[in-house]
Amino acid sequence: MALYRTVQLSGCARMCVSVARPYSTVARSPSTPLPLRSKLLFFLSQHFYDVEQLLSWSSWLRNWTLRRKNTFYSYTQEQYGNNVAAAFYILSLKGGFRFSGQSEWFRPNEKGKFSWDFVNFQEHPIEEVDVSGTVINCTGLDNLVSQKNLRTLSLRGCREVDDWFLSRLHIFQESLEELNLSGCPRISVGGLCALHHLRKLRKLDLSSLPRVQNPGLVRILLEEVLPHCHITGVEYDEGLQAFQEEKDSEALSSTGTGA
Amino acid sequence: MWRAWKGLTGTIPSLITGLNPSRLSLQPRVVRVVHKTRAYSSFFRELEAQLAAMRKHAVRAMPGSDWQPLEITPGLPPERADVVIVGGGVVGWSVAYWLKRKERIRDGVRVLVVEKDPTYSQASTVLSVGGIRQQFSLPENIHLSLASAEFLRSINEHLGVLNEDPVDLQFNHSGYLFIASEKGAGIMEENYRTQRYAGAKVTLLSPAQVKEKFPWLNTEGVALASYGLENEGWFDPWSLLNALRRKAISMGVYQCFGEVTGFRYSTHSMPTDDSHQMSFKRIRYVNVRMPNSLEYQPVECAIVVNAAGAHSGKVADLAGIGSGPKDTLAAVPVPVEPRKRYVYVLHCPDGPGLDTPFLIDYSGVYCRREGLGGNYIAGLSPEEEEEPDTRDLEVDYNFFQDRIWPLLAHRVPAFECTKVASAWAGYYDYNTFDQNCILGLHPLVNNMYFATGFSGHGLQQSPAAGRALAELILDGGFRTLDLSALGFERIFHQEPVLERSIV
Repeated sequence: MALYRTVQLSGCARMCVSVARPYSTVARSPSTPLPLRSKLLFFLSQHFYDVEQLLSWSSWLRNWTLRRKNTFYSYTQEQYGNNVAAAFYILSLKGGFRFSGQSEWFRPNEKGKFSWDFVNFQEHPIEEVDVSGTVINCTGLDNLVSQKNLRTLSLRGCREVDDWFLSRLHIFQESLEELNLSGCPRISVGGLCALHHLRKLRKLDLSSLPRVQNPGLVRILLEEVLPHCHITGVEYDEGLQAFQEEKDSEALSSTGTGA
Repeated sequence: MWRAWKGLTGTIPSLITGLNPSRLSLQPRVVRVVHKTRAYSSFFRELEAQLAAMRKHAVRAMPGSDWQPLEITPGLPPERADVVIVGGGVVGWSVAYWLKRKERIRDGVRVLVVEKDPTYSQASTVLSVGGIRQQFSLPENIHLSLASAEFLRSINEHLGVLNEDPVDLQFNHSGYLFIASEKGAGIMEENYRTQRYAGAKVTLLSPAQVKEKFPWLNTEGVALASYGLENEGWFDPWSLLNALRRKAISMGVYQCFGEVTGFRYSTHSMPTDDSHQMSFKRIRYVNVRMPNSLEYQPVECAIVVNAAGAHSGKVADLAGIGSGPKDTLAAVPVPVEPRKRYVYVLHCPDGPGLDTPFLIDYSGVYCRREGLGGNYIAGLSPEEEEEPDTRDLEVDYNFFQDRIWPLLAHRVPAFECTKVASAWAGYYDYNTFDQNCILGLHPLVNNMYFATGFSGHGLQQSPAAGRALAELILDGGFRTLDLSALGFERIFHQEPVLERSIV
């Protein structure tokens, strides 16, 4: 089983195909059929060493691009200071942010272009960050370590955010008030249990986390640990219903085979 | 060519049915008495039967079927290998993986991993509690553990195999909480400085801060606490072992299930400065005995890596280490022996919640959360005098009642009403000399490397230790981490490199 992913660059439509299984295959139901192209690619990679090597090179290239995008912006930090370096990093990832004391957000447009006005705000720390849908990962947090006034962090749909990323969020424990983790396919309970450091957290969004099996139970346990935090996106009985249906189906099958 | 032959043999029955339209080819063949006038059809029928039998034999002999003209024992190791790794636990497979990763040309190094037990029923790896921490007092240990955490963080980049599932370690990032009394507070502060200097993310907490963070903890007698913020927690050792194994096998490592029963080595002597004769050994063949059999295969090898865990001492004895004349270096054995440790699974519905760290009390008792259902894992390292018998892995539940439960209930009052759901026992590959790992070449056996004696830290140091040993073997020296303090020299010079915070 393989997943086919296209990366279309602006200008020429170049296909970067990969047959490697990313985390999102866990959420995919087995009934959806694979597209023909990936089935063909899988067949070829099983029979030809060249295709297999090309595919492993393409996944290596993908990892290299991720590392490059999340590298530490040391030159910017030396020249312009921590805040501008963090701002530049967020804009390069195609995310948005808001300086403290300012009311307008800095974002790149659809083509990825952004205005360079943010270099004028060297003394303003960043207060709100929205990196939804970007490829921010654990090493990229090195750029944001200096932002001790960070209040809002939105990580909606970030596919590279995993438990290790959440374990590093303790650096914002004095200031973080809102955290949005919905739709991150790699987060599981192991990372959520590291969120107890965030004592100032008031809003936490945990909707559609495919790797969390018992979202309702996790919500109850997190509310015990973070009493002032309001957790949204999860109902108390999520995960329970599935167990109930399993129990019913087990009971049915056992009576069927026993009788 | 065979397909054409099969096709040809298939046409003959159709020819015969063509000749005898009354006979259906689907009917079972029955030998019938034939008239003389039908002698030719009987000849063809026998010919057909013989050809069908020949066709069956030919198909069985084709590659893809498991018939062989000479019976070969399945699972025999290859007759020669460059590196033979004795022991298929997480350290052994880590060494195998890193050897393959560092080889400069494809199939440059032929690596064979020999494991005694295919079910891993007594292996320390799978019976481990699975914690990883950086809170050590020896900088080498801290660096090993930090490098391993770095490896685990990007484990899919390292151990991802094309078209296979991504590796899921189920890593719980909960951190370790070490608690110190008045006596140990000074040592804890020194350790904290060492750890911060080495790059570990650790913080010191006062009793008031501990009480505020973890209200379920009884802070009586607590003078200082040390809490790990990042790269600490616990994970599933079986997933790591299987990930390493899968990736190593995909890179071409040979795996063999068998027991190493002996070495064939050659000895040569050299005189020292004061004209004593020192004899050095070089292992030529490793005898690998097949499971449940007396048959063994001598594997010709260049290098042997002893990663046999709790049984490393026995494997070293097979090479003749420690059996020299008294008061010489040749009489110093490898000081690794198995020590049994009990692990108890407790169920406590009102216990500490999701923020439970891996709690380690100054009395030695440890406890961590397991899953989300109110289960906990607890244990204690016994004193030297009350070390349990290592012949089997039977659990002594009285040990929990007498030793662990009072200390645990004192520290966490919620554990006063707890039930022991189950328990298991596993071996530590205990280094009786100084409880730190032994990584390096043996001075008297010129081609035997050791990666053993981790004394309970094998799992958390395995990726970095495997890389260190691969650097020793292929590069001739340590490249990324300098672990020369953990070699054999300290054992010969009787200078222990002690680790102060052992669990």
